[in-house]
Amino acid sequence: MTPSALPLPHLLWLMTGLALAVAPHTLWLPWWVSATVAMLFLWRVWLGRSRAALPPRWLVLALTIANVAGVYFWYRTIFGRDAGVTLLVVLLSLKLMETRSSRDLYVMVFLAYFLALAHFFYSQTIQTAALTLATVLATTSALVGINAPARSIPDNVKTACWMLIQAGPVMLLLFVLFPRVQGPLWGVPQDAFSGLTGLSDTMSPGTISQLSQSDAIAFRVKFAGAPPRRNQLYWRGPVFWDFDGRTWRPGPVSLRRDIQYESSGTPVDYELTLEPHNHGWMFALEMPARIPPSGRLTSDYQLLSLQPVRTRIRYALSSYPDYRATGGAGPRELAAALALPPDYNPRARALAREWRRTLDGDAAIVRQAISFIRNAGFEYTLLPPLLGRHSVDEFLFDTKQGFCEHFASSFVFLMRAAGVPARVVTGYQGGDINPIDDYMVVRQTDAHAWTEVWFAGNGWTRVDPTAAAVPARVESGITAAVPGGAALPLLARVNIDWLLAMRYNWDALANKWNQWVLGYNPDRQREVLSWLGVPKPDWQTMAMMLFWGVAGVLLAIALGLVRSIRRDDPAQRVWLRFCGKLRRAGLTRASSEGPLDFASRVVGRLPLRAAAVRTIVELYVDLRYGPPGNRHSVSRLKYLVREFRP
Amino acid sequence: MLERILQYSQAYNFYKWVFKHHAPEPGVVFLSQRRVYVLPTRHGMVFGIAVVLMLIGSINYSLSLGYVLTFLLAGLGTVSILHTFRNLAHLYVSTGRVMPVFAGDTAQFQIFLENRSDFDRHSVDLTCRGATVRCDVPVLRAVSVMVPLKSEKRGWLQLERVTMDTRYPLGLIRAWSYVQPDMRALAYPRPDTAFLPMPRSALETGNAISAGAGTDDFAGLRPYQASDSPRHIAWKATARSDSLLTKLFAGQAASELWFDWNDLPSGMHTEARLSRLSRWVLLAEEHGLRYGLKLPGVSVPAGDGPEQRDRCLKELALHDA
Repeated sequence: MTPSALPLPHLLWLMTGLALAVAPHTLWLPWWVSATVAMLFLWRVWLGRSRAALPPRWLVLALTIANVAGVYFWYRTIFGRDAGVTLLVVLLSLKLMETRSSRDLYVMVFLAYFLALAHFFYSQTIQTAALTLATVLATTSALVGINAPARSIPDNVKTACWMLIQAGPVMLLLFVLFPRVQGPLWGVPQDAFSGLTGLSDTMSPGTISQLSQSDAIAFRVKFAGAPPRRNQLYWRGPVFWDFDGRTWRPGPVSLRRDIQYESSGTPVDYELTLEPHNHGWMFALEMPARIPPSGRLTSDYQLLSLQPVRTRIRYALSSYPDYRATGGAGPRELAAALALPPDYNPRARALAREWRRTLDGDAAIVRQAISFIRNAGFEYTLLPPLLGRHSVDEFLFDTKQGFCEHFASSFVFLMRAAGVPARVVTGYQGGDINPIDDYMVVRQTDAHAWTEVWFAGNGWTRVDPTAAAVPARVESGITAAVPGGAALPLLARVNIDWLLAMRYNWDALANKWNQWVLGYNPDRQREVLSWLGVPKPDWQTMAMMLFWGVAGVLLAIALGLVRSIRRDDPAQRVWLRFCGKLRRAGLTRASSEGPLDFASRVVGRLPLRAAAVRTIVELYVDLRYGPPGNRHSVSRLKYLVREFRP
Repeated sequence: MLERILQYSQAYNFYKWVFKHHAPEPGVVFLSQRRVYVLPTRHGMVFGIAVVLMLIGSINYSLSLGYVLTFLLAGLGTVSILHTFRNLAHLYVSTGRVMPVFAGDTAQFQIFLENRSDFDRHSVDLTCRGATVRCDVPVLRAVSVMVPLKSEKRGWLQLERVTMDTRYPLGLIRAWSYVQPDMRALAYPRPDTAFLPMPRSALETGNAISAGAGTDDFAGLRPYQASDSPRHIAWKATARSDSLLTKLFAGQAASELWFDWNDLPSGMHTEARLSRLSRWVLLAEEHGLRYGLKLPGVSVPAGDGPEQRDRCLKELALHDA
């Protein structure tokens, strides 16, 4: 196929499909790659419109080398996820300059499929799925165009639509029944899961307030019964012990299988669907009682997963909101819970020493610290001023503006300085019930940091200094706590009813999507199969089901297609009926006899019917051999034959 | 019995077509399901490999939507088998006309494809000995396709096996079928190119005949007959009368040329003789002369006009065949 063999409209349509595959990647591609790609597309359109020759091979080769080198210098590698996808985009765009044979066109279409797949690294939302479907539709109709250049593009799109609709059931069967394997099959590149948002494995001023500006969903929870009160909704995440004056880090923890705490009251049962965040922790309502098989509990009550959470996972849990956490308090742990870096925050130290001297017992010190924070006029803000070397001092005595990590960090510092063992706990606080599907949605906006203080009689006791300073944060969520106009995500701020309803509806839909499409893993597959009546599916059974299912679907489609294949010319059907009538009257048409010869013979034998026979034959000959007839003449022929009596 | 069971098997049909002698099929050939074969094209194989790679990628990175896309493409590929198959199956193939050619020229065999189904057929290729023509067959229509076939030597040129194939709609699958309509074209001996004078007229008359008209004496007029050469029409006389008139020349009655096999040098071999005779026939016809042909065992009486030319050329083409 020469470049002109694919007519320009078809080429432009193919390029539309390719552009749809490339477009979503431009959101993260290096700027110069996006610019190069746009330029190449425009250049190709211009070449096509002006019927100019394609650039010579050496130029394309030079451009390819330059771009690959560019990718290498940008990423310092040409492997890895981002570099690989960037290369794919570059090569696809350069291939536009080499549309010499049909092979080149097919290569571009297949590259576009890979690009569409690669986009799922970055996003797997409903919108992404719709965009991908559009890409597949456009490229498929372009394939039809390559094979039938004479047809119009709308006709090709119609054909592609039909084929995709017929491919739908096959896709559904494969999706439900194809044996799922929990990936990965081999190591995935280091950068494969960057860009996932979530809590960090350290905490310094600004960590959580930055996270709070993201509207992304952290996890969803389905409660078996009534959800606990909002001020009990502390979703426990990483716990921090070591402080170097600025940053908090995890401490001396060990994994355990038993759970050391005393519980009272009734447990809360719930199922949690966690978004991937590329870290090892899973979240649980304080305090988790039953642990999912994929998780382990540490001595400081963190629920850890065995592997980093890189896909959306779902697990069932139960927790006791009323508990006394007495575990994890050996001498080593208590020593770590008192350690402080020297030479930092002298004013806070002085204040704490003062409390220890004047007050009697740890409980009194904690009460004093809470009332200090409550009454000192602290301002809760997402945009706190920057802090210097003595971050706790500056926050407590000078700026008095901060977010939950400032409160938690300063509170634990004060406690330790006063000789009370304490540690920082991060996680999420709160969550909104979506009235559409009754799932509780916990977002990154709900990220929070609080503290735990050790009392010899009561174990590790939760103290939330933020709640002391700004009770609204815990009672009604961050929207109420942060003054208006702060840098919260738009949707977290507004209180417009219809917008809220829309958001709830959309969230419910997205949740269904997550649960049933994106979260369709081996467990869910077993669930579905047992619901289908296969309680213990092994892969042989699934393969058989798959085989017969697909065969059945294909048979149904084939029957549909062949039924229309078999349909003879309607005029001929009527004609055969007419011949049948004459045969019963003793006038059999010889196989070599054309309609006109036969008619003259019939007229000779049946002179009384001459007019009717002639009309029928003329109409038939006209319909069958003349220019394309209309349905009206066919029905007239049908009527005449029905009324005909030999 | 075995034969009857086997004839329903595609593989058996295919085997029969490829490896056994197959006679031309007279009449209308119906492309039933049993004689339409499907296999993936090279693009289809690459497509399959791409789908497998995408599946592996989806498993490795646990991309749920990756599964969706992969399975959708797999479904698309599978469905395209049915679409490609139906684009070719159930067509009716019948024969049309074919004009005679000179040996070495390409004969155009007219083949009709009729589509009695209620959907259009697109991009159906007909290939005969490497030459391909493409056609679309719209719904309830018959289209005529000219299948070229180069003739090698004089005589009857039987249409060889025609491969009908299609890759529509996606080009991933190829459906094909073999047909051999009962059609033959006549290949005349190729006239030789040597510049030689025309043979003398019959020896007994002794009259020299040159190519030009009017060397003989004008003898009179008679009413025009269909076989008269246009250059002998008496236009001036016709203008005065109300019917066409032909000029008669005295010598014309005797100017019958006889192209005789035995007049040619005895050293000439058969094909060279036939080529020479063929050229003479064409030259004589071009100059509007009357001529006859004598071959061993065959004699074509003198005459003129296209029918005479075709008759002589046919005798030459089929000489000793």
